Amino acid sequence: MKDIREDIAWAKINQDVLKSLEAPRKLYWVILFFALLAFGFGLGCEVYQYQTGMGVANLNNPQVWGLYIATFIFWIGMSHSGTLLSAILHLMHADWRKPIYRFAEAMTTFSLMTAGLFVMVHIGRLWMFYYALPYPNDRGIWPNFQSPLLWDAMAIFTYLSSSVLFLFVGMIPDLAIVRDNMHAGWRKKLYTLLALGWEGTDRQWRNFRVTYLTIACFLIPLAVSVHSIVASDFAMSQQPGWHVTSFPPYFVAGALYSGCAAIITLFIMLRYVFKFEEYMTLPILKKIVRLTFAIAMIWTYLNAVEFASVWYSHDAVSKDVLIQKMTGNYAPFWWGMIFCGSVVPLVFAFKRFQTNIPVLFATSLLLNLGMWLERWMIVAPTFSHGYYPWTWDHDQWPSMVQWGMVFGSFGWFTLLFLIFCKVFPSVSMYEVKEMVYHRTLHLKKSEAAEEGAH
Amino acid sequence: MSVSNLLENWAQVRHEHPINDKPHDPYKWAMAIDLDACTGCNACSVACYAENNLPVVGREKFQHGQQMHWMRVERYWDEDGREFPDQGFQFLPMMMCQQCEAAPCETVCPVAATNHTADGLNSQIYNRCIGSRYCSANCPFKVRYFNWYDYPTTDNVWPAEMTQQLNPDVSVRGKGVMEKCTFCVQRLSAAKVVAKGEGRIVREGEVQTACQQACPTGAISFGNLVNPESRVHKQWEAQQVVLDKDKQEKDEKEERAVLRGYRILEELRAYPSVMYLERVRESAV
Repeated sequence: MKDIREDIAWAKINQDVLKSLEAPRKLYWVILFFALLAFGFGLGCEVYQYQTGMGVANLNNPQVWGLYIATFIFWIGMSHSGTLLSAILHLMHADWRKPIYRFAEAMTTFSLMTAGLFVMVHIGRLWMFYYALPYPNDRGIWPNFQSPLLWDAMAIFTYLSSSVLFLFVGMIPDLAIVRDNMHAGWRKKLYTLLALGWEGTDRQWRNFRVTYLTIACFLIPLAVSVHSIVASDFAMSQQPGWHVTSFPPYFVAGALYSGCAAIITLFIMLRYVFKFEEYMTLPILKKIVRLTFAIAMIWTYLNAVEFASVWYSHDAVSKDVLIQKMTGNYAPFWWGMIFCGSVVPLVFAFKRFQTNIPVLFATSLLLNLGMWLERWMIVAPTFSHGYYPWTWDHDQWPSMVQWGMVFGSFGWFTLLFLIFCKVFPSVSMYEVKEMVYHRTLHLKKSEAAEEGAH
Repeated sequence: MSVSNLLENWAQVRHEHPINDKPHDPYKWAMAIDLDACTGCNACSVACYAENNLPVVGREKFQHGQQMHWMRVERYWDEDGREFPDQGFQFLPMMMCQQCEAAPCETVCPVAATNHTADGLNSQIYNRCIGSRYCSANCPFKVRYFNWYDYPTTDNVWPAEMTQQLNPDVSVRGKGVMEKCTFCVQRLSAAKVVAKGEGRIVREGEVQTACQQACPTGAISFGNLVNPESRVHKQWEAQQVVLDKDKQEKDEKEERAVLRGYRILEELRAYPSVMYLERVRESAV
């Protein structure tokens, strides 16, 4: 199995990565086209809903949230692994993250942006969304600081702005490389502006390292808190099936899980589309797969904890909701979630599948399907079978407008992501060079040691 | 606009639940509904539609569960082995906003569009609502209704000849806001204004809710719980139901068998302001 070559020239690294800004495979344009199509469809649904009213989503009295909030949690969750790779593994000096963290961090940013859209399409009066912001106003009216939804809005906004900053700061040395190699035109101007006059002096490097580390340290607690707060939207409420103490860690585990699965999917896509085989190597993929497997098992465990605590709590209403999930109208989806989330990842336990690209691609998509189902199974069954029997509604089915927007969100995310990868270097050039350099040093040392031994 | 201003306002809005630090005076609006007197005629629900400008959504939207009945008459029946159990003994609670003292909906609203008034009402500010529907999600009774469509401009909700009968005292809600039973707050406000002009508080019987007024059997009584003369106060007292308790002392006693008063989902500690009087039925005796 081929890892990154130790003798690869630095100029070759530049050249390979810069090529991704110019000439991707044809598949790139095909995906871009379909992403645009999907996004356009979702946009059309939103325009229709905005004009007509939320009713066209086929939401009703008990089922007031539907797929929008479920998909919102899904996208928030997906954002977490970018931070795991770029910040946590950075602090832990895990070298293998270097060629892939850039696109993972971009994934964080764009999935947060997608999640933000769902908050918008979900609210009944989109044109009044700014009421939820604590902006100074003459009327002396503030939002309700007791509401988990408000914490949520603030946490997401903080996380998003920090992620954008982190992505940008980490890219500065690379932007300078692109600036120096780009032919004259609007792109050259863009990179010149964004590179902030980077020259690679010692002083700049020192400041850069400190800044990068500081933001990384700032980002880690944010990532954990964001999804804990999303979990609080449910755990702080009183509804059966939501009022669960273990929700925050459960949500964070689920978030890392779906994020890692998405990284596998995107890894495989980028590797092919932008011809990054040299840098996104199979040993790296293997490491992510193992990480994903570990997280999958944690998620499975926390699932079991939740079911057990509901089952043994003797809280009759919560128990009813759990039984509904297992046996009611939602049963196929609920068991689908268990299958995709807990059984499918067992594939990762086998060594021969850990580097089998077709298998990994299919599996990672299934994992994310399972994680999407998980979020839906958190939201919908509680609404369908709450405290008050007269308002039970097991049959409500989301309309095409809701499905269209869920579908469109994938288009929107893919669109942003693909544009990013074409405009910015999605493999970190300076860090790959560092990695190669460290490996050469290591190699030389071990060679020297070997010679000494003889 | 400063932080101190924020903190001051905050302290006024949020207080200890249910009512310990701020006893209701001079008003606490409350209700008692005698289910034994109810015949299930739905007059209360119709009166509510007329009084509060509720949209009539039509068959199709009703089937989608998008109806707007602030007061709904529910049917439950005993499965007693007969061929058509729903034609046998029925239990018919009318359900509307319970005006909880520690309302689950209030704490979760991101924009504080739903609040507690000094009279113990759970108010809804339509202009402030952004439609996150978190209040409805957290309501154990599911008595909050969302404007899924823009009903004032929807065909056949209020046909042209009927717009003249809309109640001018009640705003007509547009799309995207939450609404619910207000205990006919427009009538309460009017009565309070009159009383204030005369330097007194609202007398018992001076104000009625629309549902109470329409009820042919007088099953609904409504009034000021703080006023010892009021019928509601007397009923609550007779049934030994105390507003700020989540577990009534009488439930531990033997009198429990003869006392019919109860509040729905009391154990959730929302402290509802509506007491129901259980229907007398053979199976319960």
